Amino acid sequence: MSAITRDEVAHLARLSRLALGDDELDHLAAQLDQIISAVARVQEVAAEDIPPTSHALPLTNVYRSDENRPSLTPEQALSGAPAAEDQRFRVPRILGEEA
Amino acid sequence: MSTTVMKYEEALARFEPVLGIETHIELGTRSKMFCGCPTAFGAEPNTQVCPVCLGLPGSLPVTNKAAIEGIIKIGLALNCDIVEWCRFARKNYFYPDMPKNYQISQYDEPLCVDGHLDVEVDGTTFRIEIERVHMEEDTGKSLHVGGATGRIHGADHSLVDYNRAGIPLVEIVTKPITATGEKAPLVAKAYATELRELVRSLGVSEVRMEHGSMRCDVNVSLMPRGASEWGTRTETKNVNSLRSVERAVRSEIERQAAVLDAGGKIVQETRHFHEDSGTTTSGRSKEEAQDYRYFPEPDLVPMAPSREWVEELRASLPELPAARRRRVQGEWGLSDLELRDVVNAGALDLIEETVRAGTDPGAARKWWMNELSRRATEQNVELADLAITPQQVARIQAMVDAKELNDKLARKVFEGVLAGEGTPDEVVAARGLKVVSDDGALAAIIDQVIADNADVADKVRGGKVAAAGALVGAVMKASRGQADAGRARELILEKLGVS
Amino acid sequence: MSDLIHRSAAELGALIASGETSAVEVARAHLERIAAVDGEIHAFLHVDDETVLAQARAVDERRAAGEELGPLAGVPIAHKDVFTTADMPTTAGSRILEGWRPPYDATVTARLRRAGLVILGKTNMDEFAMGSSTENSAYGPTRNPWDRTRIPGGSSGGSSAAVAAYQAPLSTGTDTGGSIRQPAAVTGIVGMKPTYGGASRYGMIAFASSLDTPGPFARNVLDAALLQEAFSGHDPMDSTSIDQPVPPVVEAARRADVAGMTVGVVKEFGGEGYQPGVLARFNEAVELLESLGAKVVEVSCPNFSYALPAYYLIAPSECSSNLARFDAMRYGLRVGDDGTRSAEEVMALTRAEGFGDEVKRRIMLGTYALSSGYYDAYYGKAQQVRTLIARDFEAAFERVDVLVSPTTPTTAFPIGERADDPMAMYLADLCTIPSNLTGNAAISVPCGLADEDGLPVGLQIMAPVLGDDRAYRVGAAVEKALEDRWGGPLLAKAPKLEADR
Repeated sequence: MSAITRDEVAHLARLSRLALGDDELDHLAAQLDQIISAVARVQEVAAEDIPPTSHALPLTNVYRSDENRPSLTPEQALSGAPAAEDQRFRVPRILGEEA
Repeated sequence: MSTTVMKYEEALARFEPVLGIETHIELGTRSKMFCGCPTAFGAEPNTQVCPVCLGLPGSLPVTNKAAIEGIIKIGLALNCDIVEWCRFARKNYFYPDMPKNYQISQYDEPLCVDGHLDVEVDGTTFRIEIERVHMEEDTGKSLHVGGATGRIHGADHSLVDYNRAGIPLVEIVTKPITATGEKAPLVAKAYATELRELVRSLGVSEVRMEHGSMRCDVNVSLMPRGASEWGTRTETKNVNSLRSVERAVRSEIERQAAVLDAGGKIVQETRHFHEDSGTTTSGRSKEEAQDYRYFPEPDLVPMAPSREWVEELRASLPELPAARRRRVQGEWGLSDLELRDVVNAGALDLIEETVRAGTDPGAARKWWMNELSRRATEQNVELADLAITPQQVARIQAMVDAKELNDKLARKVFEGVLAGEGTPDEVVAARGLKVVSDDGALAAIIDQVIADNADVADKVRGGKVAAAGALVGAVMKASRGQADAGRARELILEKLGVS
Repeated sequence: MSDLIHRSAAELGALIASGETSAVEVARAHLERIAAVDGEIHAFLHVDDETVLAQARAVDERRAAGEELGPLAGVPIAHKDVFTTADMPTTAGSRILEGWRPPYDATVTARLRRAGLVILGKTNMDEFAMGSSTENSAYGPTRNPWDRTRIPGGSSGGSSAAVAAYQAPLSTGTDTGGSIRQPAAVTGIVGMKPTYGGASRYGMIAFASSLDTPGPFARNVLDAALLQEAFSGHDPMDSTSIDQPVPPVVEAARRADVAGMTVGVVKEFGGEGYQPGVLARFNEAVELLESLGAKVVEVSCPNFSYALPAYYLIAPSECSSNLARFDAMRYGLRVGDDGTRSAEEVMALTRAEGFGDEVKRRIMLGTYALSSGYYDAYYGKAQQVRTLIARDFEAAFERVDVLVSPTTPTTAFPIGERADDPMAMYLADLCTIPSNLTGNAAISVPCGLADEDGLPVGLQIMAPVLGDDRAYRVGAAVEKALEDRWGGPLLAKAPKLEADR
């Protein structure tokens, strides 16, 4: 039995905003299936009562004081923009919820 | 497409509403949540951005300590527990106004939990339980171009300004609010109002709904009376004023009641409130359920607020609105109704400040609640936004107390100050508004008035002292209101030999 | 070809400081070298002679003006294209960032400049640092100077090749699962992964935030230590940066002795899947350590075998989120914006076209591991494994000062061999990954050539968090003893490049 179905892979592609063709999805589905089966080994370890580790080091409470630092100029901010208009980033029409 | 609604009274007779309110509050810190950019409202687009809040490759967030102090103060004021250890989490979803395509937020480890806020509606107190208060960052703002109405639908492209992106945002989530019956919309509004007052008193946010620095999402579900299971809820966004909170709840109750009545099912969805019609419409139905893939933010280390720090912050809390209201009610001798009017007018701070500047509470309240409220209404601004300070109000009243001004003149001074003519003293000087109580100046006017009104003067001489009022009026008129009416009366009677 | 290119960084710094040569002369020599050999190697994605010479002139002027400069002032360096540079494009090896000019310098970049290092250019890498061969660069593979049909390791393969081919005495790299140590091992040079948080990640384009670590490449241990010292230290712009002094790495590299130290051999790293020539050199290195006065013991780290699967859940999960920002809205490539398509469609088309196969694979894998319903079984479990591995290290470092293993199970493999076999590719990081999961310091130093193919083998020395100096001390001792035995550095045994014939 495969660890992941072709439909799930298509769903992941949508969630990840990747417009993948059928061939690419097929190819990826096979590879992901192989990888997921391999990494599923983590489930073998007896990990009851083992706390998870999210950070490499156990640091806590790192803050900065509420002070202003220089911002970029609008020219710098927009310098890499694929499109700009009226000192704003111009983006294609947005689907989805009204903000 | 029109929506069928059920009459509110009928809806309430049949169904019991359950509410939930999520409130976002932008903190008024100098710098953003995770970078040093300024947070000023209304700046030119993309002038308050840097690699961090633009989400440029390689940039990293660093937490603003003042924001954490702000949220802990809010949590404490809401009677929450401040947890001993928690983390930020990434909430992953793509949206053009979100620079990193994830929002740094908190998921299952909010900083503040289990609080409550009491609100009063028509003399009844409702305890609103607070589920959690957590810290996150705001998004940028999009301008939709090409559509008929500036709305997102029908636009052909959008323009994004990231000045707002990364401004610290506190989210306050209530537990389900039940057993409010037909008062549900009022309770919702009272909660939002009280929360706004509370946060404002802490000085951590401007909490101005019209600027978006306080925003409410309202969850509503209905269950048939007598049922024990809650219905499916909807989440209404875009509720941008306190009045809208009430209207949105009411409209959603009416709509859902009609759907259920017709045998329909409530769809769990996001709805948008429209100020103009007072109704909600469905958001885009999502093809796929959102999966935010939350995980601990690896770029930020966990927060473990020390108990000492929390207690320091607790000790620094100012007098909170409920306690303060009780205090001033006693000090100023207000009835419940008078107090509510003052609070609703947003005049509490202003009156208190005026009193602190030396004015009698009664006089301070009179000016703010009458003359100045009227002018605020005329100008269509909040009382606090009028171009006059409590200290100036106190100065004007001091001149009244010293008999340098009468009420009529005082109103002219208010007019001058509000028109930007200067301080009260400058307005008095420039407009020549001093009360004339100097006997020499008055005597000349009185002589003229007696000569012009010989018949009236005779009646007074004949013992009809009440007729002197007409002469006083004439003196006031001749002096363009500047005469000291009391002194004028004394002098008239003296001259006519009846004193 | 000028002899300057064969000098160590420390020597070059001294020569420039004494006025025997200048930063400009040294820069010119390296630019000539790059021009001569980079056609064969393809270590660089960007070199601009004028920018380089301007930097070198500025250093010479600073010195002429009497400014007190560090030991590496005027020394050239190749900079991995994952660090932002305000005066050079930064692409992270990806087409999605082609031509992007960042409006800011990474902290590491700024510190290199402050120390007077002259940045020669940006080096090739696996796209977004995902890979072990540099074949995943959108701009073509880099070739191993020892055998140009083979990979130079990865992801920092441009940086390892540039140093091995004498195009630069120093280079920067980043190590998320082995991306400094493995390329160093397969090109016969020194590569160090410092303690996580020892150097700033600000301006380093993120792959997996909780694992990514900047570090140095050099042709000898002392040079690596000098470079690490130059760019390390606390940075208030990186919340995960350690607010403590940099460990005394230069002193340790100069000390170069192991007398009285206890060295642990990780039992789990060896046997099946390891190339015999790699194991042979490794075992000799262990004997050498013993002969130098170290006590050698075998140490079992039973959970290390779960490090690879845990890594391939944690790193893709973080990357799926880190790479979400590449969406065609604010910078970089935009594909398919024909005026009718929505932002969502343009994002998806751009990402499909702008990312390479390995990046897409990992984004998909990470998205999967974080999805509701799978989180606990995958990401959650991997985080528990991380705890177990930290406990293994903790127990081991109670008994030993350092742990040793081969850096990577094989020597450099042929270009193309594992390109479409991700699982085979992932094995290259088998021994290096545990230190990333726990933030430990670890170095790779050359320990000889494998008998089968005559290619370099690396010895990995792992030290505890903030024990960077221990890794340098042991690495320097091994280097000294082996160079005595060989009569010079391992790199002297490398075959000549076309340009040198």
